[in-house]
Amino acid sequence: MNAFLAGNSLMRGLYCWLAANQGNAQECSPGWQPGMAARDGLLPAGWEWLAFAVTASVAAFLVLNLFLLLAMFYTYLERRLIGRFQVRIGPNRTGPWGLLQPVADAIKLLTKESIIPDGADRWLFNLAPIAMVVTMFMVLAVLPFGEGTFIADINVGLLFLIAVTSVNALAVFMAGVASGNRYAMFGGVRAVAQLISYEVPMVLSVVGVLLLAGSLSLVDIVNAQRVPFLLLQPLGFFIFVVGASAEMNRPPFDTLEAESEIVAGYHTEYSGMKFGYFWLAEYSAVLTTSGVIATLFLNGWQGPLLPSHVWFLLKVFGLAFVFIWVRSTLPRVRIDQTMAFAWKFLLPLGLLNIFVTAAEILVLGQPQGEGRVFSTGGLWLMAGINVTVTIGSVAVFSRLVSLRTPALPVPAAHLSRVEAR
Amino acid sequence: MTTGLGLSAAPPGERYKRLLPGAMSMRSEPVTVNVGPQHPSTHGVFRLRVTFDGEIILDVEPIFGYLHRGSEKLAEERTYTQVITLTDRLDYVASMTNNQAYVLAAEKLAGLRPPERAMYLRVIAAELQRIASHLMATGFLLNDLGAFATPLMYCFREREKILDLFEMLCGARITLSYMRVGGVFQDAPEDFWPALRKFLKEMPGYIDEYEALLVENEILVTRTRGVSVLTVDHALNASVTGPMLRASGFPWDLRVVDPYEVYDRVRFDVPVGKAGDNYDRFKIRLDEMRQSLRIVEQCVEQIEPGPVRAESPALLRPPAGDAYARIEGPKGELGFYLVSDGSIAPYRFKLRAPSFINLTVLRDLVIGWKLADMIVTLGSIDINMGEVDR
Repeated sequence: MNAFLAGNSLMRGLYCWLAANQGNAQECSPGWQPGMAARDGLLPAGWEWLAFAVTASVAAFLVLNLFLLLAMFYTYLERRLIGRFQVRIGPNRTGPWGLLQPVADAIKLLTKESIIPDGADRWLFNLAPIAMVVTMFMVLAVLPFGEGTFIADINVGLLFLIAVTSVNALAVFMAGVASGNRYAMFGGVRAVAQLISYEVPMVLSVVGVLLLAGSLSLVDIVNAQRVPFLLLQPLGFFIFVVGASAEMNRPPFDTLEAESEIVAGYHTEYSGMKFGYFWLAEYSAVLTTSGVIATLFLNGWQGPLLPSHVWFLLKVFGLAFVFIWVRSTLPRVRIDQTMAFAWKFLLPLGLLNIFVTAAEILVLGQPQGEGRVFSTGGLWLMAGINVTVTIGSVAVFSRLVSLRTPALPVPAAHLSRVEAR
Repeated sequence: MTTGLGLSAAPPGERYKRLLPGAMSMRSEPVTVNVGPQHPSTHGVFRLRVTFDGEIILDVEPIFGYLHRGSEKLAEERTYTQVITLTDRLDYVASMTNNQAYVLAAEKLAGLRPPERAMYLRVIAAELQRIASHLMATGFLLNDLGAFATPLMYCFREREKILDLFEMLCGARITLSYMRVGGVFQDAPEDFWPALRKFLKEMPGYIDEYEALLVENEILVTRTRGVSVLTVDHALNASVTGPMLRASGFPWDLRVVDPYEVYDRVRFDVPVGKAGDNYDRFKIRLDEMRQSLRIVEQCVEQIEPGPVRAESPALLRPPAGDAYARIEGPKGELGFYLVSDGSIAPYRFKLRAPSFINLTVLRDLVIGWKLADMIVTLGSIDINMGEVDR
């Protein structure tokens, strides 16, 4: 039970205050040597489970609420930035510089009536927004926000992350089908197609990271990055970012809720705070995904001079800015082209990336223990090869792969074509 | 479990299997969806009853009339000057050209000839209006493509400047009523000309900006090239006019083939598309904006001081007869047919609305394509429900 204390400064303080004793002296009492008396916590021995429960609850509460505050600020940031991109001002009426706009939005959504349509399946309809938000929050459980700041460092962290984010597709499909609205159904069906398709290249793209780090634990992955994996895995980074924008249904892959086509897609029928949940999930997904990208590819919390948490936030908001930039620039990809892009373009590139990375590890790495280590020169050589492979393969694939699909052939009899007189 | 999708009410797939070989390849039912009249991208209150096989469009039934206000009948109870205000509300994003077509018809009926300066002012105003209308069309088309309002906002930024110019001319921004039978409402104020010159100087740069933003964008090109192709034959048979016909490759522009006002004194090119697909219909409007700027520039050089209104009685009573006048509106051939019985109000007022007639090809253009393409095609036709429903 004590293993989780080792690197976790977020939970150690409270846990040790409650349950420090001889058994966990190594973690809880600084400067402890075998034979010395250990610190004594509030609770008697045998009550560690209570200390653990309390500590974990407090940590989860703190992380969740701080994250929600951050997400609120992020919605403000996104709206202001998009305002700038669109040569307008953006929200600036509520509070100083419009900073209270998210609060006003939240109050509005909370006080609005939450309508359940007659044709809706009540259970699924109510469950969908909860499923969406909960799965999004579960990502926070394994994400390291700073040095020693995480809720859990599980040894299958990356796998957990992928598994949890996949549930999102189910939530969207539930919302789409349960609404009893045809636009919502379009959104739901598109969601199943798109979200599941983009899971595949996304998972393939992180295999490269996994091979290099030799661990599924996110903390180990950050520690393994002597140089950011962005340099060693540019192709993986590209696939992951593209796949992540599709998973978050951000433009240019926002076909699930394409406003100009299917009104609001899967959440057409939602109102009040249930709509608010979807909205919250989508906006905060940008933050969690940016956090995952920063952890996997951008050195996580590591960085010179500034505290680790600040570095992490800087990276997260830097990536979020890119997502906002893309959102305010690019037109939407059509759904069949979205699918073709995943299967014809990203999937082969993902496989290529795994192959190249594995070959490099075999050739450049020197065996040490169970894994292989790289010399600094080897790492830079690897970065050089991978950047070349990325540019080359993307260039070749964009020549080779055509995303255009022809229309269904229509016989003249079905058309109302006016004939010349 | 009831999902309320009403699938049992949908027409059986067998019919579409017969009509469209290749459709309904999976064991499923076609789904009928009402797109509109309340839909973000039907450009007003247009309604389409669309039958889908998944995402593929099997059939489209356009339904309109939601904005019918009886403009043609209303005109029969108004004097010839009052009718001008009705024409403002037909194509409400291009009031100036509506005014122009109407006053040309009324002048033909009454046998009036406006002074030179008035004709130049009208052409300047009409060309500015064309730019404004094309800006709206381009912006909304890109919005339909899912570009999240950024190009739309860019387009609106310049449209604002044109509306400011209109405000200088006549005090109004949307429902302008600037033109009168026999001239224009008033001469342009002194500060109009420097403002117009400034606009003419800046605008080409802004058009470059739109082109740099998205015209070569891979997503846009993939989504619009080769989609919903309108052949020249089909366009001519369906009486399609305006940018839509020219995008199909037929150089038909009433400003050239049947010049009115002072168009025979200015030089400009008629941009023509090649394929007649959504991309050409999008691109041709950007090209036409540049030509409109050329026309305005030449008019500003050529315009001479003088009166802006012909001598005419305050209450016009044209002799009994009829007249048809047509102009090249932003959306196509805009024609007004007026019949007079010698009284102060037209006996009959008939409008040839270009976007209504262009809309008739929509069904043939979109069948077999996907939902997203239909929205873009509708945007590329550039309809205005005020004009379609009247």
